[in-house]
Amino acid sequence: MTDTPRRADGVREPDPTLGKNYQPAAVEPVPAPPVEQPSEPAKPPKRQRVVLADPRSSRRTTPTLRARLELEQQTSWGELLIRDLVKHQLRTALGLGVLVLLVLGVLPLAFYVWPGFADLRVVGVPLAWLLLGLLPFPLLLLAGLAHNRLAERNERDFVDMIES
Amino acid sequence: MQLNPWALSGIATVAVLTFYLGHRSSRFANTTHDFLVARRTVRSRRNAAAISGEYLSAASFLGIAGIILKDGADGLWFPIGFTAGYLALMLFVAAPLRRSGAYTLPDFLEARLGSVVLRRCGTFFVVFIGTLYLVPQLQGAGLALTTVLDVPSWVGVVAVFVLVVANVMAGGMRAITVVQAFQYWLKLFAIAVPAFVLCAVFLAGGKPGPAGSLGSPAPPVFASETTVDIRTDVAFEVHTLTQVVVRHPGETVPHEEVWVQGSTRELPSGTSVRFPSGTPVPTVGEAKVDNTEWLRPGSGGLEDLLRTYSLIFATFLGTMGLPHVLVRFYTNPDGRAARRTTVHVLLLLGLFYLFPTILGALSRMYVPELLLTGQTDAAVLRLPSAMVPGVAGQVIGAVVLAGAFAAFLSTSSGLLVSLAGVVSTDLSKGRVPDFRIAAGLVGVAPLALALFLRPNDLSLSVGMSFALAASTFSPVLLLGVWWRRLTWPGAMTGMIVGGGLVLAALVIDVVGRFTGGWAPWFTDQPALFTVPAAFLVTILVSLATPNGRPADVNAVMLRLHAPDRLGFMRDRAVARFGQVEERARLGRGRHRK
Repeated sequence: MTDTPRRADGVREPDPTLGKNYQPAAVEPVPAPPVEQPSEPAKPPKRQRVVLADPRSSRRTTPTLRARLELEQQTSWGELLIRDLVKHQLRTALGLGVLVLLVLGVLPLAFYVWPGFADLRVVGVPLAWLLLGLLPFPLLLLAGLAHNRLAERNERDFVDMIES
Repeated sequence: MQLNPWALSGIATVAVLTFYLGHRSSRFANTTHDFLVARRTVRSRRNAAAISGEYLSAASFLGIAGIILKDGADGLWFPIGFTAGYLALMLFVAAPLRRSGAYTLPDFLEARLGSVVLRRCGTFFVVFIGTLYLVPQLQGAGLALTTVLDVPSWVGVVAVFVLVVANVMAGGMRAITVVQAFQYWLKLFAIAVPAFVLCAVFLAGGKPGPAGSLGSPAPPVFASETTVDIRTDVAFEVHTLTQVVVRHPGETVPHEEVWVQGSTRELPSGTSVRFPSGTPVPTVGEAKVDNTEWLRPGSGGLEDLLRTYSLIFATFLGTMGLPHVLVRFYTNPDGRAARRTTVHVLLLLGLFYLFPTILGALSRMYVPELLLTGQTDAAVLRLPSAMVPGVAGQVIGAVVLAGAFAAFLSTSSGLLVSLAGVVSTDLSKGRVPDFRIAAGLVGVAPLALALFLRPNDLSLSVGMSFALAASTFSPVLLLGVWWRRLTWPGAMTGMIVGGGLVLAALVIDVVGRFTGGWAPWFTDQPALFTVPAAFLVTILVSLATPNGRPADVNAVMLRLHAPDRLGFMRDRAVARFGQVEERARLGRGRHRK
């Protein structure tokens, strides 16, 4: 967000979005601090979102320098930390992957071993077509969402641990 | 083949819009950074649309419906695998790969294992896989154009090629991102709307299609007297006593023939056959004959079961090794954004893949003659005019065709960008003129192959490139990201063994196809054996060569896995092109992550 242009006396320039016919109300020079002039009721100025604190920038505070250095210089402690994170992330990914693979991978075998299962019908539509043509996609999406959440939590925990 | 003005205008619209969007955004693409990575500030939602747009190729748009028309329920594994590949990508490699700062797969190999020889080997496989993937796209374009215009198929191949090369040369990655995001939505529209309309037509009819109900045990039949023109040589088995009127090429007067049950017929290209109404449709190759068999998954016995598992292996693990997929991920700002983008991609792909299935099932009832001509990939294109006569059918057909063209254009643009990126940064200095020259050069080989090779089923040849990617790059990627003890000799032998096995299978399969189809089933779906072999070789050789372990493995692992906010990520391009300040300027709030 760029700064609102101000005149030399500290008064805000009229908002350019109000059009060129807009006449700014007369401003009597007031000693600092400059007071925001209430604008005409007929033409309220464009609404502006006021952000008191950017959550991203506050989260982005660099972690303590020492912890970063430890990680970077590959002290045994730093190495242990990152090994632990990798193990956590791998466990999360493998868990979800194996789950999805089991659910989907068991289907061909089930159809092969048990032909009656393949012939089942749900309101006229073969169950097999529903199981293969429709259901895998929400399942995959859910697994993706879950992983996104878990992996970000692992990372957050790691950073919290370093910063504390 | 009558000239369809609607279809022509559909294609023209897509071509003009693509060119316009590409041109409009390429005005802003001036730096190498723009060309290669779109300045790495693409928002995750648009990036997801672009990734999906690039990924949904001719195989997805036309091929899946064709496979379902032919193989029925077993063909449903193709869309599942194409989507699940992204889940595997997300679970195991998306964020670490993005953080590695590698722009291409060879880049990653060099960064992780520090070997230039390995990098060269990776470049070879990237170019090979990319070429293999480009050929069916171009051939699909040729096929699609022949269904609306009376032109030889090379016209479509050359037209798409020229359009893509012009666009890529003009704008690189920056132009491609906008174009591909647009093309995803176009493709979704072009397949969803016809699917809804045709479904409504089907349900309003209240009776099964003319070729017979899908639940009936009989094969589909010709509903009325039908004349089928054979355009490529076909051989098929006759299942019932059939009386037909045949005109062989070169003959002027057709004559009657009676085909007895169980005999094998071979019809050369140019033959035209007239079937009386009610005749069961003979099927070419290994297509399912009876509808009951078609409807039930796993009806082909043990071989079908193993083939399905092989397909699962290839597609689940192959996606992460495709050359054009990784490059797109590089346009994300960081690892977390890469992960979020993939979730969006899973949603977008899942949405799209609901529709080819519906169209494939409908085409079994309305255009069964494709089973005889072998052009099952044209099912989606032929279906609208077969179901809805008159102008309405032509308009729907034009929408589908426009979507198909978007599919050819987006996938081939993406492939060309990534191949040109790999070649230009590997073999020359990676400046903008090098990129343009490389784009022209790497396009020539697929163009030549597409013109001279016999067109095959789109999904199958794309399946082969997935198998190749799964057997070469996925072991290196997975083990490289998660296993410290990987060494460059291990990675190299694994890639060569996996790739070599797939190539051997490919050669045997092609030879077998030309000499009577004696090749066993796993030659056209080899991933079930080649992927474990590649993994095993990689691990064993790595354990045997502990000296090849890079000295900086801990530092690399830290960079791959440390959360983004700690700031360990280092981009190759920043180091290389020195644009840190510009990136900081652009990254501050104007672009959401």
